[in-house]
Amino acid sequence: MREVAIVGAAETRFGKSELSYRELAVEAARGALEDAGAEPGQVEALFLGSYSPGTFVHQEHVAPLIASELGLSHIPSTRVENACASGATAFVSGMMAIAAGLYDVVLVVGAEKMTSTPVAETTRILAEAADWENESKVGLTFPGAFALMAQAYLHKYGYGREILDAVAIKNHANALANPYAQFHKAITAEDIANSPMVADPLTLYDCSPISDGAAAILLVAGDAARNFAKPAVRVLGFGQASDSLALYRRPDLTTLPAARQAAQRAYRMAGVSPRDISLAEVHDCFTIAEIIATEDLGFFEPGEGGEAARAGATSRDGQIPVNPSGGLKAKGHPVGATGVGQLVEATFQLRGEAGGRQIDGVELALTHNVGGSGATCVVTILGRAA
Amino acid sequence: MSEYKKPLPKPDPITAPFWESVKAHAMKIQRCNDTGKFFFYPRGLSPFTLSDNVSWEPVSGRGVVHAFTIVYQNRDPAFAEEVPYVVAIVELEEGARLMSTLVDVEPDPEHVRIGMPVEVVYDDVTEEITLPHFRPVRAD
Repeated sequence: MREVAIVGAAETRFGKSELSYRELAVEAARGALEDAGAEPGQVEALFLGSYSPGTFVHQEHVAPLIASELGLSHIPSTRVENACASGATAFVSGMMAIAAGLYDVVLVVGAEKMTSTPVAETTRILAEAADWENESKVGLTFPGAFALMAQAYLHKYGYGREILDAVAIKNHANALANPYAQFHKAITAEDIANSPMVADPLTLYDCSPISDGAAAILLVAGDAARNFAKPAVRVLGFGQASDSLALYRRPDLTTLPAARQAAQRAYRMAGVSPRDISLAEVHDCFTIAEIIATEDLGFFEPGEGGEAARAGATSRDGQIPVNPSGGLKAKGHPVGATGVGQLVEATFQLRGEAGGRQIDGVELALTHNVGGSGATCVVTILGRAA
Repeated sequence: MSEYKKPLPKPDPITAPFWESVKAHAMKIQRCNDTGKFFFYPRGLSPFTLSDNVSWEPVSGRGVVHAFTIVYQNRDPAFAEEVPYVVAIVELEEGARLMSTLVDVEPDPEHVRIGMPVEVVYDDVTEEITLPHFRPVRAD
């Protein structure tokens, strides 16, 4: 299998944007090409991660749309959909195509425009990432699915909601230094206590926001990486796994088995272990999801992720910095863009370009992107150029 | 019967026996005859063996709350007027789980707990469709 590297990375600011779906995607894609010092004519294929443009902005068939906007009209272009893991799954498609030797230069874009639809419609569209027939029709909302996990986790390990508070407070604080983040607002436990309950025990401040945004990376074959402007970030390993859409069919609600499988595959491929990782960008669509992720990724034993969050082990200067970008919680969550945005952030960190959120001495960065309530999980491990 | 606004199931040849059983207020779910294990939702093949050696069996309708949440916000207009309501994963005595709502209980975490015994109640929402909900088992 051929080595694959990231030579270009860019993203729009996440949040409510005046730009359209296609304008956001083009801004990120052009940014990634410029970052790499690449010409559009060098791109041999496009993979676009997007969850539901057909319902959000009434536009399907978006891959050739974006390809043609970028002047890439005659290359193969393909949309990839795996709910909130659409972005990372698009990356996996590009990765496999280069590793297999089909192409040397692939553009991967993630994009979503979620604020054009009324909030009621947006939340219904998101609920369609769960098992519609067997969960959503009963009245289970998307926050409700993660609330079930939170109830199970707090009950099993005897925690109170202060562990959830710790995640929200940390990620809002981290986002203060991220110019791409939706929120630049520090929060306190008091703010959380005064915020409305969404699905017990999750309050408004436990939930990631509704966002617009796009992100893009330029992937190239390892031996072609030296032809581009920026130092190459190496893709050392990735893993993808699936599970039932219906949460209730999972034996244990306090772990995402697909995340564990994806992580094991990524660690094995990279030949590294959790203690080697310098920082992680994880899928904190809800605060509980970050705590479970830190256990599924092997940073902490089952049940210890809550205490680790409370004790600051996942803060910028902790044992394993988690979501120095602010995460989905505060950076924002334009669903199709999220997984690509995590790779963009990891690339900035590995190049030492993360500005006020830069972590010292980053050697290995891990990303963790989840679709639905864990039916798709993609874990990727990136390293600095050799 | 007032007009029912929430989304309704559309029984098909594979799922119809379940909906017929709850309409008759005598729930049946499927069992994999290769493993003896019950499963839900209705399917043509066993999720354990992918065999079609499955049969419909009556179940007690009793179980326990495996996990629950109280939904305070659901912007779907069909549910918006119901909040707060309790959604729970119920584990039936026979071992299968399903997602359902709890009724006849305060939507308050002081009144719902993991492990709480519950039993099915049948809600005849239209002429054709009955939905299974669950309620706490009374002490008496």
